Formats: sequence, C-alpha cells, structure tokens
Amino acid sequence: MKKIEAIIRPEKLEDVKRALEDIGCVGMTVSEVKGRGTQGGIERQWRGRTYKVDLLPKIKIVLVVKERHEKKVVDTITDAAKTGDIGDGKIFISPVEKVIRVRTGDIDYDAI
Amino acid sequence: MIEISFIDTVWVLIASILVFSMQLGFAAIEAGFTRAKSTLSIFMKNMTDMILGSILFMVIGFSLAFSGSGAFIGDLGHFLIRDVGLEAWEGLAIPGILFFFFQMMFAATAATIVSGAVAERIKYVAYFAISAIMVIITYPVIVHWVWGGGWLAEMGFVDFAGSTVVHSVGAWAALAAVIILGPRIGKFTKEGIPKAIPGHNIALAGIGLFILWFGWFGFNPGSELAANSTIAMIATTTNLAAAAGGLGAIIVTWIKLKKPDVGMTMNGILAGLVAITAPCASVSPGWSLVIGFIAGVLVVLSVDMFETKFKIDDPVGAISVHGMCGVWGTLAVGLFAAEGGLFTSGSIDLLVTQLTGVAATFAFVFPLMLVVCKLIDIVIGMRVSESIEITGLDTTEFGGDAYPDFVRE
Repeated sequence: MKKIEAIIRPEKLEDVKRALEDIGCVGMTVSEVKGRGTQGGIERQWRGRTYKVDLLPKIKIVLVVKERHEKKVVDTITDAAKTGDIGDGKIFISPVEKVIRVRTGDIDYDAI
Repeated sequence: MIEISFIDTVWVLIASILVFSMQLGFAAIEAGFTRAKSTLSIFMKNMTDMILGSILFMVIGFSLAFSGSGAFIGDLGHFLIRDVGLEAWEGLAIPGILFFFFQMMFAATAATIVSGAVAERIKYVAYFAISAIMVIITYPVIVHWVWGGGWLAEMGFVDFAGSTVVHSVGAWAALAAVIILGPRIGKFTKEGIPKAIPGHNIALAGIGLFILWFGWFGFNPGSELAANSTIAMIATTTNLAAAAGGLGAIIVTWIKLKKPDVGMTMNGILAGLVAITAPCASVSPGWSLVIGFIAGVLVVLSVDMFETKFKIDDPVGAISVHGMCGVWGTLAVGLFAAEGGLFTSGSIDLLVTQLTGVAATFAFVFPLMLVVCKLIDIVIGMRVSESIEITGLDTTEFGGDAYPDFVRE
C-alpha cells in the first residue's frame, strides 16, 4: 500500500477531486496548508511598498492506494492539478505499513 | 441684523451632516489600513474624537476660535456657547447655533486626523488627552487666526475650507505625536529599511475612502455658509481635484511599482481633496485638475520620503495626505487663484501671504504638540508596552476582538 500526499493549488481542488472520482478513487483526506517551494514565496505590494509572502496557501490531499493503482492515481492528480506555472505543487509517495477500518476492524486491502 | 435665510439654513445643516459622515470615513479607512488586532482601538479613537470634539468645542473651543477681536486668540465671550442661538450669526443669514454646529463638525475632523498616524501603539488614555488638547486649544487658535478675525485673516490669508486650518493642523499634531511614539514594532529592519505592514481589509478602507469623498461635498461647498450659485462651482472643483489626485497616484505607482497601487490611489484621491480644500472657491475647474494631480503625485513621494528618509511610521499616510497636501493646497491659492494668483494675475503678494500662514501654523502647532506629547509621555506614558503592542490593543486595552469568530494570526 502507498500513501500519496499531493500539495496542490487551492483553486485546483475541485478539478483533482472530480478527476479522482472518475477513476473510482473516492476516499481522501483534504487539509488547508501553507507552504513554499524553491521559489520561496511571492512578492506583493501594499501602499507603495513591496513585501514578500513566504508561505502560500495550498491544499494537501492525502490518500492511500494499492501499489498497482499508484501510477494511475499520480498521473490523474498531475494532469488535473497542472497549470504549467510556478506553484503547481508536489506529490510525495511513501509506503504504508498497515491500514485499519475503525468501524469493522478490516485490515489492509480490505480497509482501503 | 441680517434676516435668516431658510434655504441657507437647510443647506448648511445638510452640509454639516455630510461633514459628520467623514468621521465614519476616517474610522473605516484607518481600520482597513491597519491590522485586525487594532480595529476596536481605531473605532474607539474615532468615537473619542467625535465625543470630545462635540463637548469640549461647545464648552470652550468655539469661544476661543470665534469670540472677541484678539489677533492671536479669542476670548471667553461664547464660553459654553453663551449668546449663540437662533439669531443670525454675524455676517451670515444662518442662525448662530447652526454656525456653531457646522464648526463643531470641523473641530472633530481636525482631531480625528491624528488617530490614523498613531494607530496600533498609542495608549488610549494618552490619545484621549491629545484629542482633548486639540479641540480645546490647538485647533481653536488656528481657526481664530484664519476664520475668527485674527492676524492671518487681517493679512488676507485665504484658506476657504481648511487645507491648513483643519488638515495641516491635524497632520502637524500627528507628526509631533509619532515622533514621540516611534514606529510600530517590525516597521523598520535593524538597518532602518521600511517594511510593509499590510492592512487587514482593503474593502473597508475603500468604503471609508468613498464616504470621505462624499462628506467632502459638505466640507467644501458647505464652507460657503450660504446656498448661492458658488456652491456648485465648489462642488465641481472639489470633485475634479479628487479625481485628478487619484489619477496622479495611479500613474506614479504604476511607473514605480509596475502595477497601480490600490491603497496609494486612495491616498491620492484624499490628497486631491485636501489640496483643493483651501482653493476650492477661488480657482477654475481647470486649475483644480492641476492642483489635484500634483497632490496625487506628491502624496506618493511624500509617504516614501517620511518612511525612507525620516524613519517615521504613519500607518495610513495621514501626515503626507493632510500635512504635505494641505500645504500644497494652501500655496496653490497663491499660484492659481482667479484673483491674486501668481500664474493668473502675475502678483506674488498672495503667495507670500499663503506661505506666511502655512509657516506660522506649523510653527505654532508642531512645537506645541511636541511639548504636549512629551509631557503626556513623562506623566502617563504615550506608548503601550512591547507585549501589549504585539498582542494588539484590542484585547489588551479594550478587552475584545474585532472578529472573535476568526482564528487570530
């Protein structure tokens, strides 16, 4: 099992959510986060003076999938979240040791 | 005695109420230009100005401004507005009490200019004292010089609605106060480089701007104190200068920053309004565009100069808008007035008189308020402690949050 953590633009959440639904991937956890990449934030101006906003609002989507679905899910997220401009985000993938469904006690593949 | 004109009375009463609406304009633009944690404090200070401006101007300020024939200061003849009633005020066709009502709104406006400059770090009790001194002595003295038959009036100094009398007076008091106060924590780096401290609500500031613009149609045309055909011309020059001031700020910030700056455009519009306040009745609509445009450019450069050169933290740009552009507008009378302007009649006399009035006002208000603020600082302290400033005045001095449902930054 793999955990996929995708940091995306807030305005792309609806597109990504719908694209994942279309490939049958419904379950997910979404949170509002702040972060920065190599660019280190952006410039803004206030009454004639510029200032740096170094942590930008982003959306983090977390989902756990079977290994064989990993590539398809990642491609789907990438396609839906991409604008081609700086700030599109990143995807992190890591192995998951165990998954348990709270209601039934189902384990691993049965619980995803 | 002149008979009361009811049309004059109705017009001046409405104009007074328009001037009153500027209190809301100031409160909203100042709150919007500062951080969420200072919102209660901004509104409290603006209410305090209106409260003290009403009461203390009635008790003594009005009398010191308009009673007697002294060159420097009025007397106590109208103490507690004695002998100010339904009879026509001297030389006008409106009741004396309405003349007082109109002037009371002006006094509160002069006091309220200080609140934006000292925002986010002044102790409320210190502000209370400054506001009281403004309406008891500082403002009435200058009013007496110019509108109460004092020495500047004798000289022929022209300040129709108060570029100097109201706006510069407020700004020079603000300048004195911020020098004693010092900048907000985080406004300057250790090397002294100014940083932006973004305000929390540009929409609220924008509402404030438009209400101020609206109120100015009472401030300037109302100062005619009669309902004659001139008020239409004054309303026109007022509006054109505001528009030109906004355009000036748009152009300068667009060139300087590559993008037109919204907050600065608000300052530019106000700069145009402040500048046209003195010459609004004596210049043509064409010249009002020139006056406003220059004010709009001047305010952008002035805000930068005060921060970069003098390390002065004025969160809303009050000193630049009301002080620098008040000076510019007053001098503009000497340049462009249909009668006596340098460019219109070739005579320099009026310009010299205007310069004298501008300099004298600064020479009286700034040192006086510097001493007043220093005394307040010694006796009760001007500035809140570092931890209170960081937490914000709203929770510490007023025990609340402006937006209790939101998570604080």
